[in-house]
Amino acid sequence: MILHIIALAAIIATAVLAIEFKDLLISTAMLAAMSLMLSLEFYLLQAPDVAITEAAVGACLSTAIFIIAIKKTARYENGAC
Amino acid sequence: MNGSSVIVKVVSLAIILPALTFGLYIIAHGHLTPGGGFQGGAIIASALAIFLVAFAKQASKTLRKNLLSALECLALLGFIGLSFLGLGKSFFFNFLANSGLIFGQAVPFGPNPGFINTAGVIPLMNFFVGLEVSCALTIIVLTMLKAGGDKK
Repeated sequence: MILHIIALAAIIATAVLAIEFKDLLISTAMLAAMSLMLSLEFYLLQAPDVAITEAAVGACLSTAIFIIAIKKTARYENGAC
Repeated sequence: MNGSSVIVKVVSLAIILPALTFGLYIIAHGHLTPGGGFQGGAIIASALAIFLVAFAKQASKTLRKNLLSALECLALLGFIGLSFLGLGKSFFFNFLANSGLIFGQAVPFGPNPGFINTAGVIPLMNFFVGLEVSCALTIIVLTMLKAGGDKK
């Protein structure tokens, strides 16, 4: 039960941090951390299939696509590259 | 896009090979443990995506879109052909189970003993699905890498 609360609090904290950061690279890393915590929560809820998929797709593939998109555009949110 | 710094390159080289091995493990044990074709294919595609991000210039030469697309079509044809092979009884009939051939060992009664040489046609279909998913997800990242020219 205590592990559930820790995982859910970490999900909310990393999601808020991902919105608040102006450096989009750090924001993408926070999204990956949120995805990792979400996969931990799926594992705690006894759905290991979904946890493996979430860890692979959410924490790695979407992060790679975001990093490529940031490389092709600006890194900071207000456009002052 | 010239790829990334030295730190990113070294760490990604240390990660890629264990990630590929883990993906193959997940696919090969798909009928025994959690996971299967899609999950293992996604893990292999993650390793290839790390390779693509870290070594952008070299990787887009080695991983070509036509080759990946041909592999994906081959895996789908293998999947549908394997399901047509069981058409003597019905579509998707498991004709290899308990036959003594490849993956044809009979499963003993009781809790899961973890014998990998069982379950008939299901591991072969897991391999085909894993190949298809890894090629398709890599094509997505490769298309994203090629999109919009090489401005930066």
